[in-house]
Amino acid sequence: MTKTRTWLAAISVSLLASTSAFAGDVRIMWYSDGVEGDVIQDLLNRFMKDNPDIHVTLDNVAYKVIQEQLPIQLEAGQGPDIARVTNIKELAQHWLDLRPLLADPKYWDDNFGDTLDWMRPDGSKAITGFMTQLTLTGGFANKTLFEQAGVAMPGDKATWDDWVNAAAQVAKSQQLPAAFAIDRSGHRISGANISYGANYIGPDGTPAKVDDGTKAFVGKLVDWTAKGLMLKDTWVSAAGSTYRAAADDFVNAQIPFYYSGSWQVANLSTKIGDSFDWVATGSPCGTAGCSGVKGGAALVAIKYTKNPKDVAKVMDYLAREDVVKEFSERTLFLPAHKGVIEKGGLKWVSTDKNVGPALDKFVKAASETLPAADALPPWKWANAYYAALVTRVSQVMAGELTLDEAWAKIDQDIADKVAEAK
Amino acid sequence: MTAAAMLKAWTGAALAAPVAWLASVVNVPLKSWQRATGTGGMAAFFLAPNMAIFGIFVLVPLVINFFYSATSGTAYFLQDRTYVGLEQYQRLLDCGSYLDPATCREDLFWKAVHNTGLFVVVQVALMTIVSIATALILNREIVGRSFWRAVFFFPVLLSPVVTGLIWRWILQRQGLLNLIVHDMGGEPYNWLTDRFWAFAAAVSVSVWAHMGFYTLILLAGLQAIPRDLYEAAEMDGTKPARIFWRITLPLLMPNLLVVIVLALIRAVQIFDEVYVLTGGGPGTSTLYLTQYIYEIGFASLLRNPGLASAASILMGLVLVVLTLLQLQVGRRGERKGARE
Repeated sequence: MTKTRTWLAAISVSLLASTSAFAGDVRIMWYSDGVEGDVIQDLLNRFMKDNPDIHVTLDNVAYKVIQEQLPIQLEAGQGPDIARVTNIKELAQHWLDLRPLLADPKYWDDNFGDTLDWMRPDGSKAITGFMTQLTLTGGFANKTLFEQAGVAMPGDKATWDDWVNAAAQVAKSQQLPAAFAIDRSGHRISGANISYGANYIGPDGTPAKVDDGTKAFVGKLVDWTAKGLMLKDTWVSAAGSTYRAAADDFVNAQIPFYYSGSWQVANLSTKIGDSFDWVATGSPCGTAGCSGVKGGAALVAIKYTKNPKDVAKVMDYLAREDVVKEFSERTLFLPAHKGVIEKGGLKWVSTDKNVGPALDKFVKAASETLPAADALPPWKWANAYYAALVTRVSQVMAGELTLDEAWAKIDQDIADKVAEAK
Repeated sequence: MTAAAMLKAWTGAALAAPVAWLASVVNVPLKSWQRATGTGGMAAFFLAPNMAIFGIFVLVPLVINFFYSATSGTAYFLQDRTYVGLEQYQRLLDCGSYLDPATCREDLFWKAVHNTGLFVVVQVALMTIVSIATALILNREIVGRSFWRAVFFFPVLLSPVVTGLIWRWILQRQGLLNLIVHDMGGEPYNWLTDRFWAFAAAVSVSVWAHMGFYTLILLAGLQAIPRDLYEAAEMDGTKPARIFWRITLPLLMPNLLVVIVLALIRAVQIFDEVYVLTGGGPGTSTLYLTQYIYEIGFASLLRNPGLASAASILMGLVLVVLTLLQLQVGRRGERKGARE
């Protein structure tokens, strides 16, 4: 009888262990664009050494898992304790308010105050996490190709037309398939749209109809694609809102100019090596300014955690100024920590001579974004707008829709999404 | 007794003991069950595990899908969604003209329907012809017949994602095909951004990937045709084409119908390899129904689970109708054959 009881007790304990988290267990769902998975693991190892009562497990997953599976887990009241996400605002109802659990909430307000709204429901004062990296859309130019073609690289206030024309001369001289490419993403063309005067947000905070600013830049983009100046593959060879980057075409020196964002710096440095020289160009100008769009990835606490106090301890550690600084220097990501930015002196950990100036250029360009662009990251309809843009504009490029039909479809798609969410 | 034989005997005894014990334990309730329900009850008992799995993983999701299609909202759980009745279906079916997707409220759905229809017609026809031709060749006494059978069947073993990737690497702008074209002095072409060639690639790749399976079914049918029929025809001096139309094809018809039904169902469901190969592009020219449902249900930032469920129910209905139609044709063919 005693034996049976012992066995039953053992089985019960094993079952409990497999279904619920022990106190002190913190699980982080993490995706990586570059080396940040290794860096964060290293930082967490140090944390666990100093806090032996807390065990942090880092689950490295594909970005698609974060985009497609995490939302479903969250809807079910499940998921990790902490997650690194980019769909920050739309899922804000699932984030944990850390304010009552943090050692010093004022430190968070002071240093992450500018971006806290990006990751909490409208009107809330919650502290749900912090941006592990701040990103900014912007361009890259293949300096070596420009030099070989004998074409001068456009200067600081050059327009989109200037860049495309210069890149076209390089492409012609060097017999390249196209002059430039922009990642297939509504987010990526939004900076350019805003530079031509676009504003996606209506007076009541709901999506505005496609305006002249968007029409001006998208019209140019379609025209450039038809003329073969923009690489057709990136936008045309997919349907829906599928994301396609053109980084590999830039890495393979197939295009002299590439518009993407600051998160590509580490990737380009690793893949290009010393094959050619490249520079970050910031965002070309339109009629209203020279704006990119900010964004990035946030580390957020999930409200379904069983160990909120331990989660807060981990978050407090990862948000520490020295930890953020080290993380940024080693991953080549722009920090979102006000103290780190103001003190400056970031020593980017790279032997690549192109990296430092490129990151410095992005830091400088971050101060040139237009208000309409700064309003996008905390706006909950931004993703719907981006998706409608990319879906319909690529149909125009493929010859399936006219621009006028596309404007009507974009407005309809966004209106449907808003109605569906009500 | 040798050591090996002793080991075999011990292993046998060791394995037999637990089986015998299990049988003795199960025997009592099974006997009572059989007494109470007869042989029909025993069939139900043995079918129950399979039916349970079928119920949990097929029937229950199907029923839940019906409920989803009658709701709206962005939430994933039914209790958090708003009941809207047939609104999602009305939205999908709201069209100025069903022949022109641009006039439809959900133009992408109708674009996918049109694309799928065209794909099904061309792919199933091509698949059937190629499979018959391959089966006829592989049924002949050719050198290395087993090797060739394996070669044609090999693509079936590949994961659809691998198939899509391989062909993408061949057909993309900087792919193998363009390298060959360039080396031969030709002008490289962007195959996957041209509507016609992207469609042709989608059809050809799916035929390449699955024809081995259908060829195998047809090969089995060919080998079941009595040899003496061919010998008699040859003695009469019948031409090969006439032998094919008068003997081979009629006797192959049951297998051919199976092939057509299976190819049809598979073609309507086409997704993975084409999704990897073309991503549904250029534009939406290779956007098929399953990809539309996946995009609108899970992948797109414009996701709408209710609309995706309604679209999948409509697609399911089409599949049911097609299958019933094919079965009806098959039965009619069999009855006709029996009368003759």
